[in-house]
Amino acid sequence: MFVTNLREMKSFLFLLLMGIVSGSIAQVKISGKVTDQKGRPLPAVSIALKDSYDGATSDSAGNFSFTTTEKGEHVLEASITGYSSYSKNMIIEDREITADISIKELITELKAVVISAGSFEASDKKKGTVLTSLDIVTTASAEGDITGALKTLPGTQQVGETGGLFVRGGSASEAKIYIDGNLVNNFFYSSLPGIASRGRFNPFLFKGTIFSSGGYSALYGQALSSALILESNDLPEKTAASIGIGVVGANAGINKLAKNKRSSWGVSYGFTHLGLAFAVIKQKQDYFKTPVFHEGDVNFRIKTKKGMIKYYGYLSSGDLGYTVNDIDSTSLKNAIGLSNLNTYQNLNWRENIGKGWKSIIGLSYSTDKQNLENELQNADGDKQVFTNPSGYAFKNFYLDTKSYYAQARVLLEKKLAGLNILRFGSDYFYSNEKGTYTLYDGSKYDSKTKDKLYAAFAETDFYLSNNLAMKLGTRLEHSELMGRWNIAPRASLAYKFKNNGQASFAYGIFYQNPETKYQPATADIGYAKATHYILQYQKISSLRTFRTEIFYKDYDHLYKTGTDNFGREVATSNKGFGYAKGIELFWRDKKTIKNMDYWVSYSFLDTKRDYLNFPFEMEPNFVAKHTASFVLKKFVTAWKMNVNASYNFATGRPFYQLKYDNIQDKYILADAGRTINYNNLGFSLNYLPSIGKKDSNKFTVWVLSISNLLGQKQVFNYNYGAINNRKEAIGPTSKRFLYIGCFISFGIDNTENAINNNL
Amino acid sequence: MKKLFIFAAALLMSVSTLFAQSEKYTAAMKENIVAIGEAFKNPADLLALANKFERIANAEKTQWLPFYYAAFCQVNSTFITTDKSKSDAIADKATELINQAAVLSPNNSEITVIKSMIASAHLMVDPMSRYMTYGPESSKYLEEAQQQDPANPRPDYLAGQALKYTPEQFGGGCKPALEKLEASVKKFETFKPASDLHPNWGKQQVEAMLVECKK
Repeated sequence: MFVTNLREMKSFLFLLLMGIVSGSIAQVKISGKVTDQKGRPLPAVSIALKDSYDGATSDSAGNFSFTTTEKGEHVLEASITGYSSYSKNMIIEDREITADISIKELITELKAVVISAGSFEASDKKKGTVLTSLDIVTTASAEGDITGALKTLPGTQQVGETGGLFVRGGSASEAKIYIDGNLVNNFFYSSLPGIASRGRFNPFLFKGTIFSSGGYSALYGQALSSALILESNDLPEKTAASIGIGVVGANAGINKLAKNKRSSWGVSYGFTHLGLAFAVIKQKQDYFKTPVFHEGDVNFRIKTKKGMIKYYGYLSSGDLGYTVNDIDSTSLKNAIGLSNLNTYQNLNWRENIGKGWKSIIGLSYSTDKQNLENELQNADGDKQVFTNPSGYAFKNFYLDTKSYYAQARVLLEKKLAGLNILRFGSDYFYSNEKGTYTLYDGSKYDSKTKDKLYAAFAETDFYLSNNLAMKLGTRLEHSELMGRWNIAPRASLAYKFKNNGQASFAYGIFYQNPETKYQPATADIGYAKATHYILQYQKISSLRTFRTEIFYKDYDHLYKTGTDNFGREVATSNKGFGYAKGIELFWRDKKTIKNMDYWVSYSFLDTKRDYLNFPFEMEPNFVAKHTASFVLKKFVTAWKMNVNASYNFATGRPFYQLKYDNIQDKYILADAGRTINYNNLGFSLNYLPSIGKKDSNKFTVWVLSISNLLGQKQVFNYNYGAINNRKEAIGPTSKRFLYIGCFISFGIDNTENAINNNL
Repeated sequence: MKKLFIFAAALLMSVSTLFAQSEKYTAAMKENIVAIGEAFKNPADLLALANKFERIANAEKTQWLPFYYAAFCQVNSTFITTDKSKSDAIADKATELINQAAVLSPNNSEITVIKSMIASAHLMVDPMSRYMTYGPESSKYLEEAQQQDPANPRPDYLAGQALKYTPEQFGGGCKPALEKLEASVKKFETFKPASDLHPNWGKQQVEAMLVECKK
């Protein structure tokens, strides 16, 4: 019996083998051509008979051909990255089969056009960006300040007498800054007239920066000119501590990453004391109170199920005081003191809630307390009190302000087919600003401005193909203070050419409330309005970027000001207007010279406006017609040193004296002129001795930076005396500024980072 | 008894089918593995070969090796081409394939080596701005591969290669690379692939690199 079984089994095996052998004889040829939706041949497409080894790869003409021993019902598949998948049922008999295949190109991030009109993006991950995050800190003239680096891009002005971004004919108040979607009200340190202040926040806090010089998204509002959108870091890669010591102060911090790498916390403290620097570098002002700042921040980040919660809290206090000669008098001087306490808190929670939905919830709260004091003194430093003439009398005063701001924001994002996205949400802004003005005689004047602003917005990114995309959005706002609604449509369109260059167009309407200092207005006024039209051409390859933009900006309903009953300048009407138009160029090249990276930007700006107390439509004093920057970065491998230089140039800016004429009962132009051209050569060295010491657990960076290396004369503007009409140039507080510092971080081997910057 | 017979027959049948199947598998794999050397001359050939491995992988479903070789061919095609514009897409495809291999064979040192190569492929697209993200990722995978199988000579080879091409001022160059290259050569002396089909590449290359570095 066993034998029989064995024999039967042998016959089984025989049959089986026969089957294999016979099968391998009857081969059938399958061939065809693969094309895309437009009939163009597609090479490198993988063709497979499902569940078999048989198939082929299409050649350069899209043709393929293979033989198979399979029989019966089968599925023919074709696949290539970036195209729709293809499968077709077929019955294989003995005859040859011809199968032509057509597959559709998918809209993918890798291939799709980028909607970029009006905006510069700095990011390490995304494609189509002009800068990386590190570029911001290695730009020589930036001096470690985010906005300093942005001033080397087209569209921005080289304004040296005050902080802030002046974009395309807009004043600093027309540019708003956001961190993780939340508005930052006091981004810059408090400062005094004639002294530019830096941004408060360390550029290393952010992983992404979008600088929009116009036509920005409907997700943001209340800025007539520009939005700077900063995205904070996620979890740190490792636990690390750092210390820094420089000629202006010291700081220390730690960032701790949890063992499971799902959460982190960090604290840091910084102390700034300008005593040493000012002792070496002569200042125009005579400091009786050396500028001293204390700053601390805390943060935590927690990975949630499918998202992240981030918190950032910041506190700073600063104190300074100096004396300067009084502009109206040869024997008197002004002693100006300023103290400031600022807090900022930002909580952001983003979560993927499934089915392509993402929610982003943001809360922020900030406070700012400022005490400003001006005292008129004689040469010996004794207080001088005048009652008449009133011009001198008003030079003794105190101004104390307290501001509170809160914001709540909900944003929902839904991924649609392809790359299409729908976003919508709403914002609530609360602001409460109080001021007390104490005059020479002790009389006090209080001011209070409170506003609640509600906004709703919706926006969609819509891709018609990889070559054509649009962004359409609308923002709706209601300000309690203005007592009315506004609706602001925004639209951008982008088209990609065959050579990978792309053209974009952006249009948008932007509204803004008057600055608090001009409120309360004496009349019922509405929003100031700007309409942007931007046309861009851009071509980015991995090592070179070229872009040019032409823009036209129409200003309407700008605020006109007059004096109220207490002599304060306040908004009186909405009847101001103006325009800005120009052309801008940007070229960046990392390719031509090895290990060297440079960029050039040029802006031409033609702008006039009639606003505030202007007697007629004129060029404002914060704009130059021609502005150009040249930025150079070179890594010298043998010295382990990064050498950065930058040259900023701007043609002279207009300056003028506006005087109230009692007879005509209006402001008149009493004097006018144009400043000399602005030149600034900045230079910095970063020495990285730890590079290459693989096992070293500490990473050291030495920084040396010098502004205005050539000591070229700079005049930003002119001040006029209120009493005797004397004119005085406003220039930098010192001819040059020199910074030397050393930063050491422990725990992280930053070698890779440093190499990255320099390879 | 009869039941037992049927069972035995069924068992035998399935074993023989498997045997026949595996013959076919082994033959196809061998043929393609031999073809890798020649395909290295042309990125398009490597990608076509990758497709062949992928077809075997999809038909077999339970074998990690065809997925491994498909990913290997994909990622290597990015290193031998001067046109890096498609590298990201190809590297993403290689990731997809190697992840499937990893599901079938978890904790596999050879698979982790490919992951390191994929990170390097992304890096090469724009070394200047990508070193920060992909540099550490690439070396992290090599370390992981080393831990998973200390006898595997390939992590040392790739680590040595990376060092060799790093500028001296950054702690690279031939001198620091020597240690890794020598370790790799030594491991190759005793390295025996688990079968004819298992990864066995790199010996000649590392030896050549060592000679070059010793000059």
